[in-house]
Amino acid sequence: MPEEVTKLIHKYLRHDKKFPHVWCPGCGNGIVLGALIRAIDRLGLAKDEIVLASGIGCAGRMPVYVDFNTLHTTHGRALTFATGIKLAKPSLTVIIVMGDGDATAIGGNHFIHAARRNLNLTAIIINNQIYGMTGGQHSPTTPYGCNTTTSPYGHIEQAFSIAELAVAAGAAFVARGTVYHAQLLEGLLEKGIQKSGFSVVEVMSNCHIQFGRRNKMGDPVTMIKWLKHHAVTIEKAGKMTHDSMKDKFTIGILADVEKPVYTEEYQKIREEAKRSAKEPKR
Amino acid sequence: MSAKQSKKMRLLQGNEAIVEGALAAGCRFFAGYPITPASEISEMLSLRLPQVDGTFIQMEDEIASMGAIIGASLTGVKSMTATSGPGFSLMQENLGFACIAEVPCVVVNVMRGGPSTGLPTSPAQGDVMQARWGTHGDHPIIVLSVSTVRDCFDLTVQAFNLSEKYRVPVIILSDGAVAHTRESVTLPSPDEIQVIDRIRPSMPPEWYIPYEDNSGGVPPMAVFGEGYRYHVTGLVHDERGFPTHRSDDIQASTNRLFRKITRGFHEIQMTKSFMMDDAEVAVIAYGSVARSACRAVIDTREKGINAGMLQLITLFPFPRDVVESVLRQCRAVLVPEMNIGQISREVKRVNQTASKVEKHNRIDGQLITPDEIVRRLMKI
Ligand SMILES: Cc1ncc(C[n+]2csc(CCOP(=O)(O)OP(=O)(O)O)c2C)c(N)n1
Ligand code: SF4
Repeated sequence: MPEEVTKLIHKYLRHDKKFPHVWCPGCGNGIVLGALIRAIDRLGLAKDEIVLASGIGCAGRMPVYVDFNTLHTTHGRALTFATGIKLAKPSLTVIIVMGDGDATAIGGNHFIHAARRNLNLTAIIINNQIYGMTGGQHSPTTPYGCNTTTSPYGHIEQAFSIAELAVAAGAAFVARGTVYHAQLLEGLLEKGIQKSGFSVVEVMSNCHIQFGRRNKMGDPVTMIKWLKHHAVTIEKAGKMTHDSMKDKFTIGILADVEKPVYTEEYQKIREEAKRSAKEPKR
Repeated sequence: MSAKQSKKMRLLQGNEAIVEGALAAGCRFFAGYPITPASEISEMLSLRLPQVDGTFIQMEDEIASMGAIIGASLTGVKSMTATSGPGFSLMQENLGFACIAEVPCVVVNVMRGGPSTGLPTSPAQGDVMQARWGTHGDHPIIVLSVSTVRDCFDLTVQAFNLSEKYRVPVIILSDGAVAHTRESVTLPSPDEIQVIDRIRPSMPPEWYIPYEDNSGGVPPMAVFGEGYRYHVTGLVHDERGFPTHRSDDIQASTNRLFRKITRGFHEIQMTKSFMMDDAEVAVIAYGSVARSACRAVIDTREKGINAGMLQLITLFPFPRDVVESVLRQCRAVLVPEMNIGQISREVKRVNQTASKVEKHNRIDGQLITPDEIVRRLMKI
């Protein structure tokens, strides 16, 4: 196993260029990166084929560390850049990593439209329920009642469930994992990347520094254990009562449907446009 | 199409000519969001781009449109978007990204009255300073201004060429009058058009330094997916594209961004002189106002005053040298604009002479007429 890890590090990380990284020790972001690299390695994708794009935030810092075509865009807008990349060069495998605020606050509009449009993109959203990078302000996924630097009297808004939001917006593949269930996560990412269509993988993660500390959630290990105890597989959740699911969340695949993929549809439009351009004008 | 066929006279509106210019320059990607008076550009490209294996997409807003064209350009495809005031405001943040990451792209802003929703169907020139300074932070940018339908074609080709050559976003400022006026034009055939493509790296990937400071200041640009796996970021970065906090790196990269444009002043700063040889008073104008100014110069000369006009085609980088020489030559300069005075400030800023600089402004959604300019020139 350690040998395997060393091999992957050398193969995929810009290990001689960009380290040490910016993340706090114990941050869940590293676990997501590890799972992503293993998934990509298992799929046997060439590094040249992969674009890893991100928005702004702690999660958004991920691309700089890996040896792909990497793009660190503006806050909330990663999916728009990715849309341009995929449309202009569909042969690229485009993966986007965002934070919960990045994807569903400032980038919420792009998120639902990307899901609706159905380009073949894989969006990974690391949901730590807080704005990590800017110092612990509440995000659209901060639970009701939580303490944050901008809700010092307790948070009075309701939280988004990102995966459910993606399902409702029409994403072709939607899954949720956690940084505790690292192997499950690896599999979900693999499926998400393989899926032809817009895939969303929401990853419940720990930000012990900005979220955990203010809400007495403990150290990284305690927080990750919390994820373990509050995650319920979709299969199991189906058999549970509404009440017993109240403080829990589901993990696994929430949606996997076939729908027309934008780039394939657009290729048909090109053929049609070329045909009609050739026809003599009446 | 044979060269002969394509050379026939056509009745086109400004927005159509921009579409023709973009296609001739090799634009193969367009992302936009509908807005008057720019929508025709989207509509026409939705029809035309797929015919040439290009891509058109209507995005969810202008922020997304700007993001998408940057993304497409990173794959080596020439890209454009078109909008008007409110949409241009939304594009500003990502426009800054294109500036710092040096991603070629063209943004058309068909100006309308503002601020806010303003006067959707009336021409205006209120976005001149926004085009220069709209995105935050110090940054170089190129801003061109069109005044005729033929300009719309030629300058769109130019916009792409400059954008590719200098790896900088180029803004084309049009207005409702130019955009919707139909004029007979004969467009050049493809072999008469010079098309410039960005320089790609010729070195092997392991030697590629994406933001290297070479002699011209414009580093070659690798395309995603061709073996040059590099990092593109809106953070200030070092030569290798990685974020940096080192002040020597920061200074060097910002200096280069400006230097690459300064080096190109000779070809970037485009102006046209009209009857300037013996002019004692001059009009400095741009966009649709330049058309009225042209007429006004002729009429003023008939009344016995040697007037001339300097038309600014490039608004930014501000063509300071030419403006200065006009200021040295003429006793007075009039700057008519459909705003409260944006370029007149620039003219005043560079004026080191005793010449008078006066402004003439309209912000009522009406065009500035030749008569108005003549009246001002007679009194100046
Ligand atoms: C337009 C804009 N507004 C605000 C910011 C400041 N900002 C940077 S990161 C961030 C939030 C990050 O939170 P999240 O997306 O949840 O990611 P995390 O840091 O938790 O991984 C904000 C508000 C910005 N960079 N750009
Ligand atoms: S602030 Fe939170 S999300 Fe950001 S690196 Fe630290 S632990 Fe991770």
